[in-house]
Amino acid sequence: MSQVEITAVEREVPGIFSGLVATTRRDLLLAWKRPGDVLNPLFFFAMVCTLFPLAVGPSAEQLEFSGPGVLWVAALLSTLLSLNSLFLSDYEDGSLDQLLVSPQPLPVLVLGKTLAHWLTSGLPLVFVSPILAVTYRMPMSVVGVMMLTLALGTISLSLLGGIGAALTVGLHRGTALLSLLILPLAMPVLLLGANAVALAANNDVYTTGIWALAAYAIGSLSLAPYATAAALRISSE
Amino acid sequence: MDGLAMGDYGAYVWSCFALAFVIVVFSDWRSRLRHKRVYRDIEVRLKALEDR
Amino acid sequence: MWKWFHKLASPPHFYRISAILSPWLLIPGLILIAYGVYAGLFLAPMDYQQGDAFRIIYVHVPAAYLSMMAYMIMASAGAIGLIWRIKLSHAVAAAAAPLGAAFTFLALCTGSIWGRPMWGTWWEWGDPRLTSELILLFLYFGYMALRSAIDDTTKADKASAVLALVGIVNVVIVHFSVEWWSSLHQGQTVFKKGTMSADMRIPLFAMLIGFTLLFGSMLLRRIRTEVLYRERRTKWVKEMILSPEGGA
Repeated sequence: MSQVEITAVEREVPGIFSGLVATTRRDLLLAWKRPGDVLNPLFFFAMVCTLFPLAVGPSAEQLEFSGPGVLWVAALLSTLLSLNSLFLSDYEDGSLDQLLVSPQPLPVLVLGKTLAHWLTSGLPLVFVSPILAVTYRMPMSVVGVMMLTLALGTISLSLLGGIGAALTVGLHRGTALLSLLILPLAMPVLLLGANAVALAANNDVYTTGIWALAAYAIGSLSLAPYATAAALRISSE
Repeated sequence: MDGLAMGDYGAYVWSCFALAFVIVVFSDWRSRLRHKRVYRDIEVRLKALEDR
Repeated sequence: MWKWFHKLASPPHFYRISAILSPWLLIPGLILIAYGVYAGLFLAPMDYQQGDAFRIIYVHVPAAYLSMMAYMIMASAGAIGLIWRIKLSHAVAAAAAPLGAAFTFLALCTGSIWGRPMWGTWWEWGDPRLTSELILLFLYFGYMALRSAIDDTTKADKASAVLALVGIVNVVIVHFSVEWWSSLHQGQTVFKKGTMSADMRIPLFAMLIGFTLLFGSMLLRRIRTEVLYRERRTKWVKEMILSPEGGA
């Protein structure tokens, strides 16, 4: 009788960095296959920017004055829209559970998903915004500042929004609740971003706002993934 | 005393104190109500189980 | 000492003790408030700049203080419940939320009413404290909404604890960012609290301490109800309610 030897198969567990890259790549691939998920929030952004002058009147000075604010609010709302689906499809098809049991640390995987989210929602906003900014008669120098604030701000929004998305994933009427939860978190970003642009428009010193936004982004980057991971574990119990 | 008028600001000052009073009393009342309701619900359920 | 603390964390023990403790907070609290109201309205001298309108401070400051203290209680109780898995701690957090929201609402309303004669307007976006307080109200609403949206109590406890903790950091940031923002848009008069004479300060302390004691007794009652509800299927509740003297 031959003996069957059972030996442990030596397998290499992929490292943290490859876990990050794999998660990001997966989400980017998924987004590529469903371009609607990326384009819809952008259209929403454009729509909000269009509705405002229609409601308030197209006077040039009013547009110039309100431009930074309107564009920023529209960007915030658009991000909110896209945050909804951050964990939703994974939750529905069971991939979320896979993420939870994988050997990589959950915060790293969350970071990967958030990075993909920013690349498919925040970054496109940054590049689409000049088109709409021009309709608000924003001078080119100010547009540059606005793109910078949007780039930094959307990083924070994606990270912090992830916490809210993780807390409300799978909840009945989660969307409305998500907005309520995100509002206090997003408010400093909006404040700093929109006002930095407004200062630039007035030829005032705006660098304080930029530094603050950067600090907020770095802070979110360090802390949000842990909170999001904790929230995901709780939500999936 | 002219105290009740509070300068010209009477309406503002008194409405604040009144609002504080209302909110505290209302909150207290609601919590008592809730406690009674919870207690009664448990009592009813337990008594029904006992009688069975 | 730990034994006492540990015993306190047991729901039936807490349920009994809180009933005994509550009047000891309520009565002194009411007395202090009564004194504070009388002294604040009638004994304290009129303010140089604001006339009698400044007396609103005797309600506004305690309300604002409590709104923040309640949040701290809510967040730390949630954290303790999360880390050490003490059920009672979560009950404390759940009970503190509506109270905190009520006092935040009161702080906002009294702040607004105070602002009308002072700034000429019912609301002043430029005031850092008013705007921060509004965001605090949204935080409370979000907390309560999240709790009610999750059916499972344990899950709701944990999720809202995470939310409350995230909110603490946020409150601090919001406050500073609004301060910066309001300093940009000058022209809004930010109400500065001048130095107060002792005559003005004593009623304020009385109100602060009195309201805190009152808040404590109200919180205790709410925690009691919360504990009763969460433990409704346990043996100790059954024995207590079916016993002749009941346990109301």
